[in-house]
Amino acid sequence: MLIKKAADILASEITPKSLYMNRRAFLAGTAIAGAVAVAGVGVQEMASPSEVVQANAKIDGIRKSSFSTTEKITPYKDVTNYNNYYEFSTDKEGPAELAKNFKTRPWTVTIDGLVKKKQVLDVDTILKMAAPEERIYRHRCVEGWSIVVPWVGFSLSELIKRAEPLPKARYVEFTTLNDPQQMPGLRVPVLDWPYVEGLRMDEAMHPLALLCFGMYGEVLPNQDGAPLRIVVPWKYGFKSAKAIVRIRFTEEQPINTWNKAAPSEYGFYSNVNPNVDHPRWSQAKERRLGEFFKRPTLMFNGYDQVASLYSGMDLKKYF
Amino acid sequence: MKLSWLKVAGFLACLAPLERLGWKAYSGNLGANPIEAITHATGDWTLIFLLITLAVTPLRKLTKQLWMIRFRRMLGLFAFFYGLLHFLTYIWLDKFFDLREMLADVGKRRFIAAGFTAFVLLIPLAITSTSGWIRRLGGRRWRLLHRLIYISAIAGVIHYVWLVKADLRKPLQYAFVLLILLGCRLAVWLVPKVRQAAALSSGPAEFSHE
Repeated sequence: MLIKKAADILASEITPKSLYMNRRAFLAGTAIAGAVAVAGVGVQEMASPSEVVQANAKIDGIRKSSFSTTEKITPYKDVTNYNNYYEFSTDKEGPAELAKNFKTRPWTVTIDGLVKKKQVLDVDTILKMAAPEERIYRHRCVEGWSIVVPWVGFSLSELIKRAEPLPKARYVEFTTLNDPQQMPGLRVPVLDWPYVEGLRMDEAMHPLALLCFGMYGEVLPNQDGAPLRIVVPWKYGFKSAKAIVRIRFTEEQPINTWNKAAPSEYGFYSNVNPNVDHPRWSQAKERRLGEFFKRPTLMFNGYDQVASLYSGMDLKKYF
Repeated sequence: MKLSWLKVAGFLACLAPLERLGWKAYSGNLGANPIEAITHATGDWTLIFLLITLAVTPLRKLTKQLWMIRFRRMLGLFAFFYGLLHFLTYIWLDKFFDLREMLADVGKRRFIAAGFTAFVLLIPLAITSTSGWIRRLGGRRWRLLHRLIYISAIAGVIHYVWLVKADLRKPLQYAFVLLILLGCRLAVWLVPKVRQAAALSSGPAEFSHE
């Protein structure tokens, strides 16, 4: 009996033959476009130097994801020069420069708490747990601005499954590196360091929750949370912890850093919600970086598929 | 004659923050969130000009350089000018002239209310800054009215303190400078009174020695 094996490559991914045969012309065209772009950047650099532009190593074998939005991607320059990363600086322009020499190797992540497999994992072991996917997500900051970022990673659930949490584990807590030598912002007690974030287990297991180590097809820049961060696209940006060194499974709800700093302003859940204002500003609208007019903010940042996680919950109370 | 040249130079110097902002906007150098950058820059310069204006009188008394007073009006008007730009950025670029949303903001958000108060208080001061108005009001009443700048500056600093998320360092720097400048005035007002009271109370004591 003959069983037909599915092709390894989707038909849609095969380069059309005409394009393939003309690849030299295509490459030449790309080269010219590239040269023009470089010259353009050069002129711009002369007029306005100082922006940190760094090319990171490409990540191989990135797959596309059906979770990706088709919205316009925010320019790399903006996503790497406008960062809320208080471990480096409370100025958004600060982290790009201050994180330049941040050491992301060697790097280990401690997995502990209520799990069968308590262990210290090398970050490169984690990176090989599953195939990297590109997830183009909307990212909404609690301050009222938003971006669209092509993150690279895989579902956080891949790591959690391998750690084998005990039935008692109801929450996952993420801790960011606390190294004042490398992170000058930590020398100032603006927040109660180290930075801690948390998710409920079902949130962490949701396929949208991303364990992230790259963006724009490259290794994650230091100022964006290298070497390993999470991205939880339906929550305000501060929930997506950066430079993670510890993942702990708990029975009790973790106390996240911003909640500790101002309990009336930043909740544990912090789902994007246009109907629940921050006490000091409205959350109804947001400014997408690069756009002049503000746009309405969407419930769960437009990720309606997570709504069932919160059915029956008063989201005004559990903000 | 010399002073008027100094005034022209001062005027141009006061415009420098705006020129810098304009150049950055023109060369696409305002960063990823230009509207936020403009809002922050104009807000910062409003507070800085308010503090400089408030520093004129104590500095003049301290250094006995009388000519300084001739700059105070210009500095105060620049504080109003940058405050106006800050306010326009807010209602135009942030609220797009949505008056209802703006009023809701003032009612609901205390940092907006504080900033709005600070700005509104500067309007009568800018209007009555001319020599004609000083004459019309009379020096005493004019000076009384212009003490509103104290309240405006306090409201402005509170506006900044209330709007930041966690890092209070910058707003507290402004608060510190303002505290010193207002403290100077309190001292000037209080010291003679205390001396007078001391003289009065020690009066009978001196008599008792006789």
